[in-house]
Amino acid sequence: MLNLTSVDWLIMLLYFVFVLGIGFALKRYMKTSKDFFQAGRALPAWICGLAFISANLGAQEVIGMGASGAKYGLETAQFYGIGAIPAMIFVGIFMMPFYYGSKARSVPEFLRMRFDEKTRALNACSFAVMTVFSSGISMYAMARLIQALHVFDGLFFALGWNPDGIFTFSIVLSAVIVLLYIFLGGLTSAIYNEVLQFFLIIAGFLPLVLIGLRNVGGWNGLKASVPMQYMHEWKGVAHASTNPMGIEIIGISMGLGFVLGSGYWCTDFLVIQTAMASKNMESARKVPLIAAVPKMLFPFLVILPGLLAIGVATPHTTTVERHVNGAIIRETTVVSKQVEEGRGLVPAKINPVTGQPMLDASGQPLLDYDMATPNMLLHFFPTGILGLGLTALLASFMSGMAGNVTAFNTVFTYDLYQSYIHKGGSDRHYMAVGRWATVGGILLSIGTAYAAINFNNIMDTLQLVFSFVNAPLFATFLLGMFWKRATGHAAFSGLISGTLAAVLHHGLTLPIEARPGIHGGWIAVLHHYPSDMAQNFWTAIFAFSTNLVVTVVVSYCTKARPESELVGLVHSLTPKPKRPENELWWQRPETLALAVLLGAIALNIFFY
Amino acid sequence: MSLDLRVPMGLMFTLVGLILTVYGAATKGSVIYERSLGINANFWWGLVLLVFGLTMFLLGRRSQKRLAKLPPEPVVDGEVRRGH
Repeated sequence: MLNLTSVDWLIMLLYFVFVLGIGFALKRYMKTSKDFFQAGRALPAWICGLAFISANLGAQEVIGMGASGAKYGLETAQFYGIGAIPAMIFVGIFMMPFYYGSKARSVPEFLRMRFDEKTRALNACSFAVMTVFSSGISMYAMARLIQALHVFDGLFFALGWNPDGIFTFSIVLSAVIVLLYIFLGGLTSAIYNEVLQFFLIIAGFLPLVLIGLRNVGGWNGLKASVPMQYMHEWKGVAHASTNPMGIEIIGISMGLGFVLGSGYWCTDFLVIQTAMASKNMESARKVPLIAAVPKMLFPFLVILPGLLAIGVATPHTTTVERHVNGAIIRETTVVSKQVEEGRGLVPAKINPVTGQPMLDASGQPLLDYDMATPNMLLHFFPTGILGLGLTALLASFMSGMAGNVTAFNTVFTYDLYQSYIHKGGSDRHYMAVGRWATVGGILLSIGTAYAAINFNNIMDTLQLVFSFVNAPLFATFLLGMFWKRATGHAAFSGLISGTLAAVLHHGLTLPIEARPGIHGGWIAVLHHYPSDMAQNFWTAIFAFSTNLVVTVVVSYCTKARPESELVGLVHSLTPKPKRPENELWWQRPETLALAVLLGAIALNIFFY
Repeated sequence: MSLDLRVPMGLMFTLVGLILTVYGAATKGSVIYERSLGINANFWWGLVLLVFGLTMFLLGRRSQKRLAKLPPEPVVDGEVRRGH
């Protein structure tokens, strides 16, 4: 099915050479631990800005948003218009002065400065565990996709190797490459490669969208070939039953916009670390805003391929008769049942035992949405540019992994090792620890990837646990930065009770059509949600509100810290940052933020 | 940081663009382009990447040359300079 030629391999190889080359070239600049963990705090804003979104542009984004586009249509753009852009503006304008200005080296370290040691320890431990598992999940997803697309089958056949080893080969290959370039060049190397990956993803996916759109007859053709509600982001969100995701407007704006989106973009060290690596305060504040500009255009790049996959005609077994010099030639193109039963280019899910398509409760075949974007690549790209497209896909997996790994080595070294295991070591010592933490983190990720093969539910379970831990976080940061009365004991108990609230809510509610268990309802079923997405959003809302209330109540019961200790950490006690002298009005972060905001509104109107 | 990312990045895209353009020109009119609706996707997209790569490369080189002419940056907040 997949026929890669030497041009495709050449492009893939070229990419690997450059990725490693950047690592080697940066090695000689890694002199102190600050160079290694914080990129020397010397990078230009545009590089950090592109890395800021690229760190998030992993498998989940490229494959997941394509899948979601195929499943829910343009309503997926909510993740951008409501989920990401407002949060990115908020973190740039209001929160970055404290992250960058406090001189904290990591997000958990900021929590120690603002609150206390135990809050930091809680956040550092949960964060370290989550990053390792996430990069393991990313690795597993990549290896599975490489297997499904038969990328290395030809290579293995040519070399006479057993094709069973493809899974291991994919994991080891990506792990070694990511390990090498981070081990050598630290965060700088990770950021540089993330920018490279960013451009590569555009180079690989933009032609796909252009060709796909041409195939269905442009934007109007796409409108004609998919159901009407797939083309709207907002229409129908007033009520859960009139939009594909089954979520009503409060769930979306509160759950996604205020809690989940902000929780991720404003507090996750995975993305914040790139902004903290920039050269000065002005740049650091501009980083998320610069990132928001391409982020606004990404729905076209990652959601559209999925939607187009639905719009394209489903391939069927066909016979073409041709007359060549009097002879009749019949060419039959055989299409597997999996493809024929699917919708557009999205294949049906096949039961591995019976070989028949799996059906849902109403007798419709279940679709394997994750294959939407990869199948688009295979369908439209001829050899040559196909190599570029597959390289872009690999690049996205690796950038997701690399961000997790650098976040892990920094938090492990500064917040766990230096704070609790070995204090007062030399700078050189901590840099070595960081390098070996990189190795350890990657080995643990590989372990996770293999665990995912043996335990079917491990990916769902892990993602569930992450959502419990992450959901209440934003409330802690919001109160910490904007309310001087919030205390350490309060933050700690707020975080714990927020997570407990998330667990309880999940145990007591269930999406329609799911059985009690991993999807919820394992305590008792008190309420049914129309979809699992709706349940997720409401879990987050409950966790956030519980944390907010508990933190406020406990703060009033405990002794506040003296105001002099909170200068630079809390908004009302921090003097306004000095503006650079010859700065023009259009160079200010606020101007950029306003432009981004107007752009986001225009985009939401366009997708209405 | 004295490695301008635009130099290696520009170089990579120039090479990828070159490979695609040459391959596209060599396979002009081939059946492989039935997939991409008869468009020679390799040639045209290769050309786009080539222009992008060269622009990045030249911009990066220019700023590196300009930096080399400037006097060395003053030492920031008492940091010890090592090396040399």
